Amino acid sequence: MTRTLKSALFSALLVWAVAYPVLGLKLTIVGIKLEVHNTSTTTLMIIALCSVLMFLRVLFNQQISDTLRSRRKGSLIPASASNFLTLPSTQKWVIIGLIVVAFIWPFYGSRGAVDIATLILIYVMLGLGLNIVVGLAGLLDLGYVGFYAVGAYSYALLSHYFGLGFWICLPLAGLFAATFGFILGFPVLRLRGDYLAIVTLGFGEIIRLLLRNLTELTGGPNGISNIDKPTLFGLSFERRAAEGMQTFHEYFGIAYNPVSKVVFLYLVALMLALVALFVINRLLRMPIGRAWEALREDEIACRALGLNPTVIKLSAFTLGASFAGFAGSFFAARQGLVTPESFTFIESAIILAIVVLGGMGSQLGVILAAIVMILLPEMMREFSEYRMLMFGAMMVLMMIWRPQGLLPMQRPHLELRK
Amino acid sequence: MSENILQVTNLSMRFGGLLAVNGVGLSVKPKQVVALIGPNGAGKTTVFNCLTGFYKPSGGTILLDGQPIQGLPGHLIARKGVVRTFQNVRLFKDMTALENLLIAQHRHLNTNFLAGLFKTPAFRRSEKEAMEYAEYWLDKVNLREFANRTAGTLAYGQQRRLEIARCMMTRPRILMLDEPAAGLNPRETEDLKALIGTLREEHDATVLLIEHDMKLVMSISDHIVVINQGTPLADGTPEQIRDNPEVIKAYLGEA
Repeated sequence: MTRTLKSALFSALLVWAVAYPVLGLKLTIVGIKLEVHNTSTTTLMIIALCSVLMFLRVLFNQQISDTLRSRRKGSLIPASASNFLTLPSTQKWVIIGLIVVAFIWPFYGSRGAVDIATLILIYVMLGLGLNIVVGLAGLLDLGYVGFYAVGAYSYALLSHYFGLGFWICLPLAGLFAATFGFILGFPVLRLRGDYLAIVTLGFGEIIRLLLRNLTELTGGPNGISNIDKPTLFGLSFERRAAEGMQTFHEYFGIAYNPVSKVVFLYLVALMLALVALFVINRLLRMPIGRAWEALREDEIACRALGLNPTVIKLSAFTLGASFAGFAGSFFAARQGLVTPESFTFIESAIILAIVVLGGMGSQLGVILAAIVMILLPEMMREFSEYRMLMFGAMMVLMMIWRPQGLLPMQRPHLELRK
Repeated sequence: MSENILQVTNLSMRFGGLLAVNGVGLSVKPKQVVALIGPNGAGKTTVFNCLTGFYKPSGGTILLDGQPIQGLPGHLIARKGVVRTFQNVRLFKDMTALENLLIAQHRHLNTNFLAGLFKTPAFRRSEKEAMEYAEYWLDKVNLREFANRTAGTLAYGQQRRLEIARCMMTRPRILMLDEPAAGLNPRETEDLKALIGTLREEHDATVLLIEHDMKLVMSISDHIVVINQGTPLADGTPEQIRDNPEVIKAYLGEA
């Protein structure tokens, strides 16, 4: 009893220690000086209430968990429903439904919503790509954003220095990113687990710092601006076309509508995401996809069967990187501006969070997680100060209730027909 | 007599100051079953690890069909046809029995990226052939009804058989079994004995095995090599080994 009382008191104090400096103190500018003030008594009352609640929660921890356990038999979702949801065939139909919705709604949605949806699609692409590396091949890659940056900068640089268009640069950007993945993968892939994670983290940062410091080539911290937007078979979506080009609204003889540009970008992103979805879906069912999973399960057995682990890992790394490259070049085209600050470690963390949150290896899970991860911060702009706090809370809750991810997928097993 | 498939001479393996294997020699002829026996810790598995490239031997030569293979990386040795099972079964536990067998055929499959992406006829044919070959071997080891079960859920004896089938999928020159009967009950051991017999009779398999079950070893081996504390102790037919006083002493201790 004294032990629970002690830890309950400690928890209550902890609430104060965490909440008071963050919520209870306000910095106000008085003249040219900053002054620390206490906030309103209501805030303090709320903190006090929270600490009391925390105290009671910890004090009666045993009783609460006992009553909860007795009331709730079995898990939140019945086993049969959970099994149905994780079946590959169910998920296939859900994905098809999502795709249909994704095609129809931009014509009815607002401009801002379509813009956010485009961003979500970029993250879907990145999540699907990283899913190959982390979810399937089991290689923890914390520097994935490096390849994203390579893709973005290869389009930006090619367009800036050589005036190449988006559609030529898209495959090139994928190729460059894949090359980077290949080159980085070679020395790195003999490492395993945590060591691999740390080295890839380092590589991601190296790429960002390179971009930042090669000022003559990349413009340093200012980045590269005025990057051309994609065109539809040479038709631009700007109000006025550049020399020798035609605009979409002139060609079709309709009034200029700035929304059409946003919708077009959205559709391009959707198409790219669909290609990624299709390719990765096929890869799963190809010998190389099987080899990735086998390697994740038992590297020694793979070697004993004559599979070259280095080649298989490298292929996962390279392919994953190439999808990041595609996403990057689209990102550069949409934004019209790339700076090294778009490719910080937090991006890698968000992409990894999407993969883990969605359920390793599950494509539908990745799509849903990308929607959640991008939409939540956008919808809760008022609470933007607490964004990181909410991310943390979400992660902790996920770890408790669904450690396997939102919607994990049962592997699409190859079946022998009887 | 025909040429030796595998010729090992003077193999030694040193871990720091410990000489785990010292001057071991082996020769395996086609279609032979050769057993490697010895008390616990004698260095049998170390010999296996050297032969299959998991360790780089410190000395000696290993010739496969007259070609030196010592020091090559494991996957290259496996591709040359030296394939092994493991003392503690190493299956891909989350994959089905069928998929375990398909992975072993990876090298024989059409792994062209574009072919797989567009499901070209060549790709379909290659996948179908792989499935048929896997089916054939599932029948051989009596696991057909478990083809779609994940390997981790199979009984231990079935896992052992699946591992042998998986090795056979790579069309090996030499099949190396590390204690295949460990953990099997007497009936399963009989099945295993029959399976090794079939492999030899019908599939011209050459087998090198480590085993502690003397009844099994004596009944299926053509040739037995005994090692003790890393050094070769005796070498001969089962009858010679059975009557060898040195071997008895190593196993039972000084009388």
